[in-house]
Amino acid sequence: MAPVVKILDIHKIYDSGEVPVHAVRGVSLEIHRGEFLALMGSSGSGKSTLMNMLGALDRPTKGEYFLDGTDVSKLDKNDLADIRNQKLGFVFQGFNLLSRTTALENVELPLLYGKKRMSSKAMKERAMHCLDIVGLSKRSDHMPNQLSGGQQQRVAIARALVNEPQVLLADEPTGNLDSKTSIEVMGVFQKLNEQGITIVMVTHELDIAHYCKRDLILRDGVVVRDELVKDRSIAERELQRLAEAEAKAKLIGGPIPTV
Amino acid sequence: MMRFYVTILMALRALRRNTMRSILTALGMIIGVGAVIAMVSIGNGAKAQVQSAIAGLGDNLIIVSPASLNTGGVRGGAGTGVTLVPADADAIVADLQEGNKRVMSVSPYIGGGGMQVLANGLNWRPQVLGVGPDWPDIRSWRVTEGTFFSEEDVKTAAKVAVIGKTTADTLFPEGGAVGQMVRIGNIPFKVIGMMDTKGFNNNQDQDDVLFLPYTSHMKRVSRRTSLNSIYVKARNEDVVDRVKSDLTDLLTQRRNGAVDFQVQDQAEIAAARTAATDTMTYLLGAIAGVSLLVGGIGIMNIMLVSVTERTREIGIRLALGAHGKDVLTQFLIEAILLSSLGGIMGVALGIGGSQLAGHYKGWAVEPSTTAMVIAVVFSSFVGVFFGFYPARKAAAMDPIEALRYE
Ligand SMILES: Nc1ncnc2c1ncn2[C@@H]1O[C@H](COP(=O)(O)OP(=O)(O)O)[C@@H](O)[C@H]1O
Ligand SMILES: [Mg+2]
Repeated sequence: MAPVVKILDIHKIYDSGEVPVHAVRGVSLEIHRGEFLALMGSSGSGKSTLMNMLGALDRPTKGEYFLDGTDVSKLDKNDLADIRNQKLGFVFQGFNLLSRTTALENVELPLLYGKKRMSSKAMKERAMHCLDIVGLSKRSDHMPNQLSGGQQQRVAIARALVNEPQVLLADEPTGNLDSKTSIEVMGVFQKLNEQGITIVMVTHELDIAHYCKRDLILRDGVVVRDELVKDRSIAERELQRLAEAEAKAKLIGGPIPTV
Repeated sequence: MMRFYVTILMALRALRRNTMRSILTALGMIIGVGAVIAMVSIGNGAKAQVQSAIAGLGDNLIIVSPASLNTGGVRGGAGTGVTLVPADADAIVADLQEGNKRVMSVSPYIGGGGMQVLANGLNWRPQVLGVGPDWPDIRSWRVTEGTFFSEEDVKTAAKVAVIGKTTADTLFPEGGAVGQMVRIGNIPFKVIGMMDTKGFNNNQDQDDVLFLPYTSHMKRVSRRTSLNSIYVKARNEDVVDRVKSDLTDLLTQRRNGAVDFQVQDQAEIAAARTAATDTMTYLLGAIAGVSLLVGGIGIMNIMLVSVTERTREIGIRLALGAHGKDVLTQFLIEAILLSSLGGIMGVALGIGGSQLAGHYKGWAVEPSTTAMVIAVVFSSFVGVFFGFYPARKAAAMDPIEALRYE
């Protein structure tokens, strides 16, 4: 089967500053349907730059990018916007939800810019369904500031799913979350991946990368390692272990002030 | 298009999210449009009032006055100019009333301003006017009690007076004014008649008046030798123009060619008087227009702030698939909604304000539908004009840059 994402010798040079920065220096990559890929590397290694190009937010300086068969590197601004809307789903480190806008309205947002005509009822149903997938349908009318970080990120995931994308892209989705919430979010990703959704995520935490299936390490804009994850962590199991440990702590240590 | 409808919804949501700011932003428009509507309503009212007052002067009326009386639409005070004398009125009677019979009646007119009048142990300051016996006919103004003074009274400068309703009610609260004596200075006048109620004209109570034979006014009260004007009533509508040229010819001849007087029919009087209110209306309208402009600049200012402040939001929208055009429309519609809602509220404020002014100041107020429609359309146009630059700025943003904005 043809890969969903295929990039060939892609480069990105930022020349806005005094010195041009060669952030990505020739990356070639194929991602197939159903993959769950972690993009790792130290800060400044070019992870976000690569993600932005994969996400059709930015155009490569050189190289080719085929998404689902379409040559994305040649498209204009509006076509890129349509690609982002139709074929890609985004999850950002900082959640990037619209403030003072309900969870449901946030999830509906990509539908508003969709090409297909939809009744507002259909939009609502679709958004509600996606909130259900991430387990937040009960919070649909909450504003972002009424939700915890993990919940906000789950709303963002629901928003990324709403147009049934080919690939879900996430740039450090757990970067702003504590470790338990991070595992919860990874659990959501694993569940989605099991249902067949292709996921590419950036992380610099090794234990988070362990929840993925394939691990790609970037250094100074080039891929230095690309391997399958051995002994994959399963979020459900980890969460259970955490819960047990917590319960034991309670038994031994007496009353713990609720946090 | 679906997107357009959704864009309106989003713009409304955005405005609602910042209700207080939206109201403050629209306030400029509200006040600007309110001022326009109020000015036009009051101007219209004043104009209608002047017109109806002049129509109420009487039919087929022509007024001869010194040239300075109506220069530039500004009414001179009593006694401006010294060119009209009773002999002019006599000549008009001889030539045009008894001569070619195109004139029905003629009356000299002396406006006195307020004068102290004593009667019945009370005193009051009505307008004391000197006119001729044909005055009731010329003004279509009935005498309800007693009689008006006669030709004979004029000839002898008789000490008689005809009283207006308000003056009568004030000086003789118990009634029975006719037959009583009133004094102006030391001179007693006998009240021989009372006029019907005429109402207000230009905020002036026309019934607060005392009529004397013009000769009595000149000799006994004001000691003047000239008239303020001469009222002439043409026989019918068709001869009004002829009478005007006859009057001009006659008076020019009597002055050896000097034209220091003017002859105006009702339409011309109306035009001269409304010209003043028109000028006022345009002037105030221009000021109101400037305040609309200021309102528009206020909207632009807030929209620019809003675009900067919402850079991240714009980034999110672009990242999720909005085209530049969608963002442009959204901000443009926000600006238009702000300005046109401001316009609509301004219309309401203008109507309310002018009614209030009308109520407390006794001004006639006539709201104009045309002005309202123009104001609302214009205010949305202001939104388009002043909202375009900020909206384009928003639409031109790069999604990554915008998302990175703190
Ligand atoms: N807009 C930009 N303009 C100039 N240089 C940039 C820009 N974005 C990133 N860079 C540079 O490119 C390199 C890679 O950045 P980035 O892709 O953000 O790394 P990572 O996400 O792995 O931390 C860094 O050296 C960074 O300074
Ligand atoms: Mg990064």
